[in-house]
Amino acid sequence: MRDKPLLDWAWVFDHLDDIGGRSLQHLQLALLAVAAGLAISMAVGIIVARRPRVAAVVIGVSGILYTIPSIAAFAALVPITGLSTLTALIPLTAYTQLILIRNIVAGLTGVAPEVLETADAMGYTPRARLLRIELPLAIPLIVAGLRVASVSTIGLVTVAAIIGDNFGGLGVFINDGLRNFFPTAVYVGAVMSVLLAVLVDVAFVLLERVATPWSRLPATVVETGGA
Amino acid sequence: MMEGLIDIASWLLHPAHWSGPDGIPARAWEHLALSSVALLLALLVAVPLGLLIGHTRRGDLLAINLANLARAVPSYAVMVMALPLTLSLDPRNGLTIYPIAIAMVLLAIVPILVNAYTGVRDVDRELVEAARAMGCTESQVLRQVELPLAIPVIVGGIRTAAVQVVATAALGAILGYGGLGRHLIDGIARREYDRLWAGVILIAGLAILTEVLFADVQRRLTSPGLRIARTGAAAEASEPR
Repeated sequence: MRDKPLLDWAWVFDHLDDIGGRSLQHLQLALLAVAAGLAISMAVGIIVARRPRVAAVVIGVSGILYTIPSIAAFAALVPITGLSTLTALIPLTAYTQLILIRNIVAGLTGVAPEVLETADAMGYTPRARLLRIELPLAIPLIVAGLRVASVSTIGLVTVAAIIGDNFGGLGVFINDGLRNFFPTAVYVGAVMSVLLAVLVDVAFVLLERVATPWSRLPATVVETGGA
Repeated sequence: MMEGLIDIASWLLHPAHWSGPDGIPARAWEHLALSSVALLLALLVAVPLGLLIGHTRRGDLLAINLANLARAVPSYAVMVMALPLTLSLDPRNGLTIYPIAIAMVLLAIVPILVNAYTGVRDVDRELVEAARAMGCTESQVLRQVELPLAIPVIVGGIRTAAVQVVATAALGAILGYGGLGRHLIDGIARREYDRLWAGVILIAGLAILTEVLFADVQRRLTSPGLRIARTGAAAEASEPR
C-alpha cells in the first residue's frame, strides 16, 4: 500500500454503482440472518421463558456457539455447503441466538406479576395474554437485543468475505484492497459497513418508538401502572 | 460423515502435524503469544482509563458513544486498514504481525474500557459517600471501595476481550502471520478439508477454553458476599452490555 494516496476520490466516484450494490448485498444478508434469528429465538424464547432450567441450558449452548470465532464457523461449512449463501447465513443466524434468546427471556420474565394476574382476572387466555400483554411489554428488551445482534452481524459479514467473494458484501472491497494494495477500497468497505450498522441501529430505535407508544406517556402515568 | 470424522481425527493425531514450524504446538504458541501480548497491552490502556472515567464521570458520554461505534467496526477492516501505517513504519513486519496486533489491541480495549467504566459507575453511591464521610481520599475510595465491588464486571469485560482477541488472532493467517488460523486458511486454499476442519476445531476449542478459563477467574475473584447479591439481580445482569 506504499506510494498510493490513502483516498482516491476518482475511484470512489467511478465505483458508486458497485459500492451501492455491495452495500445492498451486505444489508440483505445481515437482515436476512437477523430475521431468521429472530424467528428462531422467538419460538425458543417463548417456550423456555417459563422454564428457567431449560432456559439456562439453551442460553448456555447458544453461548458456546457465540464463542466460536466467526472465521472458523464460516470455514467449517465450506466442505458442506460449498460457497453458497448458506455458508454465510447459517453462522450469522446462529450468532444472533445468544443475544436474542437472552433478551426475549429477560423481557418475558420481567413482566410484573401484578400485570399478569390482572390480565388473568380480566379473562385473557394464555395465548392472548402472551400476544397482547407479555410480548408488547417485552418489546424494549427485544429491540435492544435486535440492535446489538444487527450491529454485530453487519460487522461479521465482512469476515465472510474472506471465505468467498460472492457473499461478503462490503468485505469484498477489503479483499480487493488487500490483494491490490489499494487503501481506498479498504476504507470504502470499512466506512460503508460502519455506516450501515449505524443506520440500522437508528432504524431500530425509531421502530421501538413506534411500536411502544405507551413509553412516550409522562413518566408518572407509567409508574402508577407498574407500582 | 463418519469417514470425514476419521479423516479429521487422523489429521489431528498425525505425528508430522505435531512438530516443526507448521506443527500444531508451534502454531498454538504463536496464537497464544500474540493473543496474550495484545490482551496485556489493551489491559494497560483500558483498565486505568475505564476506572478513571467511572470514578470521575468525566468524558463518560464520549467514551460510551465511541465504544458503541467501535463495536460496529469489523475486525477484518481494522486489520487491513492498519496496513498502510504499519508498512510505512516497518516494511518487513508491517505486513504480518503489526496490523493484526493493532487490530487485536484496539478491539480488546472496547469491552474492557466499557466494563471498567460501568462497573465503577454502578457501585452504590451511598457506599462511596460513606467512604468519603469516613475520611477516605479519592484514591482510597477508588482502590478500596469502587474497585473491589466492580471486579466481577471488570473481569467480565476482560473475559469478552480475551475471547475476541483469540478469535481475531485467527485472522492473522490472512496476512501471513501464523497462529492456528494458518491450518484453516491453508485448508481452504488447498481444498484439504481435513486440515481445514482441524483448524476449525483447534481455534474453536481455544476460544471456548479461554471463555471457560476466564469465567472461572471471574468467579474466583468475586467476593462471596457479591455472589449472593448477583443471583438476586439475575434479570438485570442478562441485559446486553
